[in-house]
Amino acid sequence: MPLLSVRDLQVDFTTRNGRITAVNGIGFDVEPGQITAIIGESGSGKSVACYSLLGLLPTPPASIERGSAVFDGRDLLQMSERELREIRGRDIAMIFQDPMTCLNPYMTVGNQLVEPLIYHRKVTRAQARERALELLAEVGLRDPQATIDQYPHQFSGGMRQRVMIAMALINEPRLLIADEPTTALDVTIQAQILELIAELQRKRNIGVIFISHDLSVVADIADEIVVMEKGHVVERGDRQAIFQAAEHPYTQKLLAAIPAGSKPPADAAREDLIQVRNLCTWFSQGRGAEPLRAVDDVSFTVQRGEVLGLVGESGSGKSTIGRSLLRLVPVTSGEVLFDGTDVTGLAGAGLKQMRRRMQMIFQDPYASLNPRMSVYDTLAEPLLLHGIATRKTVEQGVLQLMDDVGLARAFVRKYPHEFSGGQRQRIAIGRALATRPEFVVADEPVSALDVTIQAQILELMLELGREYGLTMLFVSHDLAVVRHIADRILVLYKGRVVEQGTGDALFNAPKEDYTRQLLQAIPGRGLL
Amino acid sequence: MTSANLTDVVQAEQGTSLWKDAWRRLRKNRLALFGLAVLSVFIVVALLTPWIAPYAYDAQNLDLGASPPSAAHWLGTDIFGRDLLTQILYGGRISLAVGFVATAVALVIGVTWGAVAGYVGGRVDAVMMRLVDILYALPFMIFIVLLMVVFGRNLLLLFLAIGAVEWLTMARIMRGQVQSLRQQEFVEAAVSLGLSPATIVRRHLVPNALGPIIVYTTLTIPSVMLLEAFLSFLGLGVQPPATSWGLLISYGAETMEEYPWLLIFPGAALTLTLFALNFLGDGLRDALDVRGSGD
Repeated sequence: MPLLSVRDLQVDFTTRNGRITAVNGIGFDVEPGQITAIIGESGSGKSVACYSLLGLLPTPPASIERGSAVFDGRDLLQMSERELREIRGRDIAMIFQDPMTCLNPYMTVGNQLVEPLIYHRKVTRAQARERALELLAEVGLRDPQATIDQYPHQFSGGMRQRVMIAMALINEPRLLIADEPTTALDVTIQAQILELIAELQRKRNIGVIFISHDLSVVADIADEIVVMEKGHVVERGDRQAIFQAAEHPYTQKLLAAIPAGSKPPADAAREDLIQVRNLCTWFSQGRGAEPLRAVDDVSFTVQRGEVLGLVGESGSGKSTIGRSLLRLVPVTSGEVLFDGTDVTGLAGAGLKQMRRRMQMIFQDPYASLNPRMSVYDTLAEPLLLHGIATRKTVEQGVLQLMDDVGLARAFVRKYPHEFSGGQRQRIAIGRALATRPEFVVADEPVSALDVTIQAQILELMLELGREYGLTMLFVSHDLAVVRHIADRILVLYKGRVVEQGTGDALFNAPKEDYTRQLLQAIPGRGLL
Repeated sequence: MTSANLTDVVQAEQGTSLWKDAWRRLRKNRLALFGLAVLSVFIVVALLTPWIAPYAYDAQNLDLGASPPSAAHWLGTDIFGRDLLTQILYGGRISLAVGFVATAVALVIGVTWGAVAGYVGGRVDAVMMRLVDILYALPFMIFIVLLMVVFGRNLLLLFLAIGAVEWLTMARIMRGQVQSLRQQEFVEAAVSLGLSPATIVRRHLVPNALGPIIVYTTLTIPSVMLLEAFLSFLGLGVQPPATSWGLLISYGAETMEEYPWLLIFPGAALTLTLFALNFLGDGLRDALDVRGSGD
């Protein structure tokens, strides 16, 4: 008998534009001791479906129209708020995407851990603390005795997610709902967390619902996969069936979107556009303290027309290198020669001239566009600033950019908040290309996007790169993505270059341990 | 994505800017609309006062003395036989002018100061904000009294003096806003486009920080009007025969036992304005809060 059996669930939202059916008659089962993955893009209703089971959706605007969700012989959807509260956190627990916002920054980890235990199980504080220590050890925290009384900000992202998992497991739930638990984490950390969830689930024989937009993430751990699109379940099956013989075109599209393969090697040696010599970017950490060596003696070259991939986990200095080249952070020492000119010494008009030739595409398309400016204003600004267009020709220039990045001209008067993440990233790409730069730094440009959108944006960048003759520095934590787009790859660790080479060379014959670790961490590599 | 060349720019869909969106939400708030309506009426009346006031503002009728509301004098007269309605109309001109002009002064200085300090940061920020702290610490009554004594009583000076006190909080709010905004990637994008710092502050930072500033402004206007009333009450502000609501209230308070209408009507005018501004301020705060946009 399944642990949870959802049937014919429909959830509507009342918005000012009328009613929207977010979840339309879906059904799935979760067996004890198995992982059921729910996969879909943002807006597919995957999270709404799971939140509605626990009564976590605000009503209104949400309303559960019909359906049943039988857990342990009782229908969750018929329960009162009081009954649900009994079940939440005790029988069914949740892990969320962002461990930072889900932990109270003013409470020690230990106090937050014991809270649900004392609430649901009526144990003493000392007993609860004992249990918390055991669990922290179980989820892989080094030295729980020392860390249990620390505050959330003293933990790294991966450690915080481990704490969240401990908190979810402390009442020994029988069902665990994990909503994109690894999306905010680095690839290597993601691999560890996935392994931890799978291991705990096997050991405790609990059922898991794993929500994700990325099929490859669950490739190694899911038993059952449910694919959702626009509120419907379009395909259901065990892992083998989905990955080997997906039938629905949408599932096939999701599979195709997983970045795979490497770029064919570049033809001939080209001249160097950028030479970085002994670059150091250190950040002061207050008087007397050792400076943070974000970038420590890094040298490399970028050839004209090449895409150079920069890979590393957070804290490896990969973003700082990109920002140093563009003079967005002050460089401590070293040289950055752009077409023979040292960028680090420029100021005033010379710097402005150089800025025109090098541009940046940012990670978060929600933060990188000015919310008060329409697309037209955003794209017109660089055109006018650098005299690329006059007041008369600027309109034509803006429309040309819209065409180039694949946005309908009719959207030109709209504002950023009216676009989806992928569309916003297209606007940001258009803005970067407006100055007709020779060199573009792309800082994790697809890591905030759904997989299918990710594939489209990567395709667009490759295409525009050829069309505009761009040289690109592509920064990412995701080796699979970088391999797909880059001619050469630089692997960074703690501010230093560990290894460099073509994608194929790194994948087939990594020389360094760290590169090997990164490769190991790519989810679903066995299936690809 | 639809094919781009099919549509022409002429048919471009008009987007909804965040300002328009805020206005749409404000329109749903009855109290805020009421506040807006009351203020609009008061401002129009204040502008038209010389033409619509029933009597000249200095016309006395000593024989009449203080008389209660009647057909000839709708709101009664004061002890010199001056029409109270006329007094309130002319007083409103001064009070509203002080409220709006002093707040505008505070707005311009505060926003510029705060934005520069917040964006430039470092030593410049430290020096600028310490100056604000020092001014905060000065007892502002002494400051205004000194100004009045040195330069004499002058309405323009009163505007400036009050504005010079009220901009401090504005500057602090603005600085906080700008500090959090400049971490955002769109500001970095603006830097990498090659925009000058002044343009970045003007085009990218100030418009995004205006929400809280607008709200604070609507709350500053009433506090400035109260301040003027207080100064006039002390004899430091507006002097007869010119008048203001503050002055009328202070006279009314002296004689409230014999001639209560002299206190009630000016008091009501001031209270109504303050209510209207506060309702509008509350409404704006809700309307400009993007998190509330899910309705």
